[in-house]
Amino acid sequence: MNKRIMTGNEAIARGAWEAGCHVAAAYPGTPSTEILENVALYPEIVSEWSTNEKVAVEVAAGASIAGARALAAMKHVGLNVAADPLFTMGYIGANGGLVIVTADDPGLFSSQNEQDNRWYAPHTKVPMLEPSDSQECKDFAGEAFALSERFDTPVLLRVTTRVCHSKGIVSLGTRSEVPVRPYVRDTAKNVMVPANAKKKHFVVEERLAALKRFSDETPLNRIEWGDRGIGIITSGISYQHAREAFGGGASYLKIGFSHPLPEGKIRAFAALVGKVLVVEENEPYIETTVRALGIPCVGRALLPAVDELSPAILRKAFLDGNTTATAEGPGVGVQVPPRPPVLCPGCTHRGIFYAMSRQKGITATTDIGCYTLGFLPPLEIGDTCICMGAGISAAVGFAKAQKIAGRPGKVFGVLGDSTFFHSGITGLVDSVFNRVPVALVIVDNRITAMTGHQENPGTGRTLMGEETVSLDIETLCRACGVKAGNIATVDPYDLAACEEAVKAASSSEEPFVIISRRPCALLKDVLRERAGLHCTVDMDLCVKCGACLKLACPALSMREGKVVIDANLCNGCGLCLQVCPRKAIRKEGGKDGE
Amino acid sequence: MASETKSILLVGVGGQGTILASRILSEGLMTAGFDVKMSEIHGMAQRGGSVSTHVRYGEKVYSPVISPGEADVLVAFEKVEALRWLSYLAPGGRLVVNDTEIYSLPVLLGQAKYPERVEVALAERVREFRLVDAAGIAGRLGNSKAQNVVLLGALVRAMKLESIPWKDVMRGIVPPKLYALNEKAFDAGLDA
Repeated sequence: MNKRIMTGNEAIARGAWEAGCHVAAAYPGTPSTEILENVALYPEIVSEWSTNEKVAVEVAAGASIAGARALAAMKHVGLNVAADPLFTMGYIGANGGLVIVTADDPGLFSSQNEQDNRWYAPHTKVPMLEPSDSQECKDFAGEAFALSERFDTPVLLRVTTRVCHSKGIVSLGTRSEVPVRPYVRDTAKNVMVPANAKKKHFVVEERLAALKRFSDETPLNRIEWGDRGIGIITSGISYQHAREAFGGGASYLKIGFSHPLPEGKIRAFAALVGKVLVVEENEPYIETTVRALGIPCVGRALLPAVDELSPAILRKAFLDGNTTATAEGPGVGVQVPPRPPVLCPGCTHRGIFYAMSRQKGITATTDIGCYTLGFLPPLEIGDTCICMGAGISAAVGFAKAQKIAGRPGKVFGVLGDSTFFHSGITGLVDSVFNRVPVALVIVDNRITAMTGHQENPGTGRTLMGEETVSLDIETLCRACGVKAGNIATVDPYDLAACEEAVKAASSSEEPFVIISRRPCALLKDVLRERAGLHCTVDMDLCVKCGACLKLACPALSMREGKVVIDANLCNGCGLCLQVCPRKAIRKEGGKDGE
Repeated sequence: MASETKSILLVGVGGQGTILASRILSEGLMTAGFDVKMSEIHGMAQRGGSVSTHVRYGEKVYSPVISPGEADVLVAFEKVEALRWLSYLAPGGRLVVNDTEIYSLPVLLGQAKYPERVEVALAERVREFRLVDAAGIAGRLGNSKAQNVVLLGALVRAMKLESIPWKDVMRGIVPPKLYALNEKAFDAGLDA
């Protein structure tokens, strides 16, 4: 059999392809990003990076109504953005199979909260599947399309970081060519005006009852018998951790179809085992139902609400050290310095942030991206970070409160190019419409960088590699009502220009936009172009004042009383030589003109 | 059951090539007929943060995650990362450490101190400890970036996995122009 080792994300893409998926859409977000990157490798699927998650779900919804099998993928917080179409698609249902992937992040490896999106399934009344490894990611993606068409509903495919980013061996199949279904105009089904929606709500309730029966029948929810003294009810990656910790010392009700939960199977399983344990990460989603059925169980009482689970946590919680495998390794006994993520050497966000840090009285509402890291010392640009788009909208509210309180100081919003397209435009319009004189800094590095360099509406290229229009941010800002004289475009490697723009923005009594534009230093073309460029310190001129260290560049350090620039890390951005009061730093290794 | 599953933990700093090394490792283990699971955490860690890759193999592997005290081998691509992850090493486990120091930003800014004589602290705590000058070896072979494959070679020796056709596995993964460099780096790691 053809086998390959794949991440959960690769396997979801493969499963969608094998299931004959026609259309796929997503906005990048860890840990979901690689799903669409891998879908894009299959030319049979028309795929796109959407402007945001709501757009992605609406694109998939339209494709499904038109008869195509469609998938939308996003990280957990992305589903908040896309919740609006999801709720109503729960009423409309599906023509071609409609699958929505939500990739949750227990442990908050790269997210602003630890929400458990399993609750979206009962809230939207749509079925949910939870794969526990890569093989199931592939298989369940196919199941999800079939169930969507069988029950006329969108299907949630819920995964977590450890499923998305773990690899396992997957048996491959071939693609089933599924023709796009016919589209017949049906306004009672697809036009959700109140009169139609009310009728559809009855249909949704009937569908839910049918799905409950299915949940009890499907082998996606299966019992694995071992020792019957302990019965474990679990789903997703928690199943794998439980199998690891308990082995044959327990029996398992392994839930793959987790909304609606298989109440009959849960009752039957509980009746045949001694103690019932519910093993799940974060929220007591399964446990709430088990308890509602009147079944005594242990779960949340012994398991943490915060962070991901592991076999070690389960052993500690339930097995009370009755095992040899929890022996601790050798102790450290040495203070280990922290290693937080940082802005890279040559990062194009550093210059504008440095300029802002020199301006007194700035409050910065920042947003989601690499540039969020600007909040760290010593630059400290970033007072708030809430969600995509809040970088500008929260600035509007903050400025209003400042004015009421009579406090001085300018409020700057910070967001990236992709974030601006995602949900920053509406906030900018709001600031103009409501005459709130905030300053918006768009750190335009010509790519969606944080998630690993995805195309966006400003890059001129699509996910499928086609050339397309590159949206002009200045023109967009002007169209939003910002006056041309209140838009400054600067090169973040030019500190004087950055400082001048920050000053102008600070004193403006109208909404002001600074576009800080330079392609991300890690882009392949940039790396090639700047190869060999680096700065060096003239030790005779350096007075070790430490001005350059305030840039927080990982290439710069004070070692044994000397300022050192690591030529391998440095890309010659030249910010340090601009801040050096003694002109002790110079650039080397450049081609003509550098 | 659990005792038959072997656990390898690779740790380092974003950008050091732990992911490629673990990819070759897991492909090779699959070729040899093992069930394999590999788990890596990236995202914000890409920006110079601490990174880890868990590789587990055996007849049947359930959890992709290695728990503290469970790693049969800990391969640290950077010295302080060896200290950070040392509690994951099983009693009697083997430790392979790249003789490289990468200062984190708090160290560069003088807010934290990079510990001195890390290798002495490690040698005191772990009997099966090897310090490998992987970056130096790879540099002498032509490209210090091949340090990850040097460490892979050292790991293969530590786990006694030499019978797997690693060079064939690598050829399925790295571009042809890097075959020679990576093969030399791997051999150097075996004998380091």
